Amino acid sequence: MAVMTDTDRTVARTGRPVRWSVVIDHAILIAGSLMMILPVFAVFISTSISDVEIYREGLNLSLGPHMAENFDKALFLKGGFTGEITGSSMLINSFILGIGFALGKILIGMTAAYAIVYFRLRFATFAFWIIFTTLLLPLEVRILPTYEVVQGLGLANTYTGLILPLVASATATFFFRQFFLSVPEELVEAARIDGAGPVKFFIDILVPLSRTMVAAIFIIMFVYGWNQYLWPTLITTDESLFTLVRGIKQIIQNLDGANVPEYGRALALAIIAILPPVLVVVIFQSWFVKGLVESDK
Amino acid sequence: MKRAGFNQLGLPVMLLLPQLIIIAVFFYWPAVFAIYSSFYLQDPFGFGSTFVALENYTGLLSSAEYRKVAVFTVVFSLLVTFLSLSIALLLAVKADKVIRGARTYRTLLMWVYAVAPPVAGFMGVMMFNQGTGPITEFLALFGWEFKLGVNFNDTALAMVVVAAWNQIPVNFIFFLSGLQSIPQSVKEAAMIDNRSGVRRFWDVTFPLLAPTAFFLLVINITYSLFDTFGTVDTLVKGEPGNNPMTLVYKVYVDGFRGNDLGGSSAQSVILMVLVLLLTVFQFRLIDRRIHYT
Repeated sequence: MAVMTDTDRTVARTGRPVRWSVVIDHAILIAGSLMMILPVFAVFISTSISDVEIYREGLNLSLGPHMAENFDKALFLKGGFTGEITGSSMLINSFILGIGFALGKILIGMTAAYAIVYFRLRFATFAFWIIFTTLLLPLEVRILPTYEVVQGLGLANTYTGLILPLVASATATFFFRQFFLSVPEELVEAARIDGAGPVKFFIDILVPLSRTMVAAIFIIMFVYGWNQYLWPTLITTDESLFTLVRGIKQIIQNLDGANVPEYGRALALAIIAILPPVLVVVIFQSWFVKGLVESDK
Repeated sequence: MKRAGFNQLGLPVMLLLPQLIIIAVFFYWPAVFAIYSSFYLQDPFGFGSTFVALENYTGLLSSAEYRKVAVFTVVFSLLVTFLSLSIALLLAVKADKVIRGARTYRTLLMWVYAVAPPVAGFMGVMMFNQGTGPITEFLALFGWEFKLGVNFNDTALAMVVVAAWNQIPVNFIFFLSGLQSIPQSVKEAAMIDNRSGVRRFWDVTFPLLAPTAFFLLVINITYSLFDTFGTVDTLVKGEPGNNPMTLVYKVYVDGFRGNDLGGSSAQSVILMVLVLLLTVFQFRLIDRRIHYT
């Protein structure tokens, strides 16, 4: 290669000058990213410090030697009022709630949407309105009467009582209805000509077609179920049914009572509580974004 | 409904039944129960109830405390909505523009979606803690003695910050997908007409984003009203006292701590009406006036 002359260098410099607007764009994006990351990062790093140190000095950004110990305590040390619950039992309950809720929503939503879209029913419009009115009122609004009803049915402190009332809204049904309406009409005509009945059409054609949609909605619903707080707080008073997010309340109340509060354990539990949904969202990002943007519109 | 649908009765009814039963038991029954019990005064010790007509409602509307909570909820919702929408819009515009690292920024700016509000509230407690929280220490540099859980305005500010932080990702995702759906040809035409990026944004991009923005407006107000329960509960450490609270939080406090079924139900009914109005607003004003195809 020839040695670069002076003129070449100026060309190179003026050809790609430092574009200040681009630098500012990146600065803003980096500041935004730091704003999202730093609080959680500080909590994560602080799980490596001893309880006394956090109590005295607060969150810290330098690593200490206690991380493994704190996570071990968070997952396996028995605690709570009865002394019987551990972080890992709450973790299992969180998975049961997240997965149970997502599956329940999808199963019920898909079948109901199929009935509304693909059958000529006289009361279809009526059923549609009955179902979609539920979109209007979130559980938080009717929380006390729902509690009374579920309590009256003897479902307090059961997984059924925990999951079913959350399933009672039509978000997934609405989503699948939109999707089924966008499926070409010719498919069902062709299937009928070939002699496929409604069950065969659903299982062999519609379900495989909906795979991406199911994945997207599963991710959204899993995160939504996992993150439920108010309803689990009310309906589960038995500690063996506590989820991680529900357990946060207990954790904070314990912090105020103790002499040297167990900060390390509490922070580690907070990290464990956000890790699974965050991983799901990050790993299945494109499905997640698709599901979110398309389901809410 | 599809034109070429199936003609059967038994199967679709079977398919619809699970959904209908669940919403009948866990939605309509509680909703009717709420309306019913809002007209009754419940004995606090569980000995029956008496019909009081609209007394629960008039009691609420004339209560200074309820009005204070309502005013706080409105201010809180507006602040959270404004903050998280504007920050998310700025970030989405920049993330749409940059070429290098676009995917990384997108991931970094949206993962907080998965952080549960109460966990975010707990992290807020650690950040704003009296004496030891990093933000408290930072504010102390300016002589601001931040007292979470003691000073009304300080606690309110912490609630707004944490709730807005938690909501930025949703807004970011919607704004970004809105920006990416603007056709390249429109962007190029705007580029030719106007070299100024700022003018181009307000004259072309922003109006095209308006449907997304209005949709998000309703989503954000609903979020601030209902989904922030966990944020509020953890930031006040379950001790409402003189701390700020939202309307939904008050439903919970009155109903479960105060055992006031009638008053709490009346509050629920007021919230139901509020949500219905919001939805009507969304459908009428937004879908009709601002729509491009």
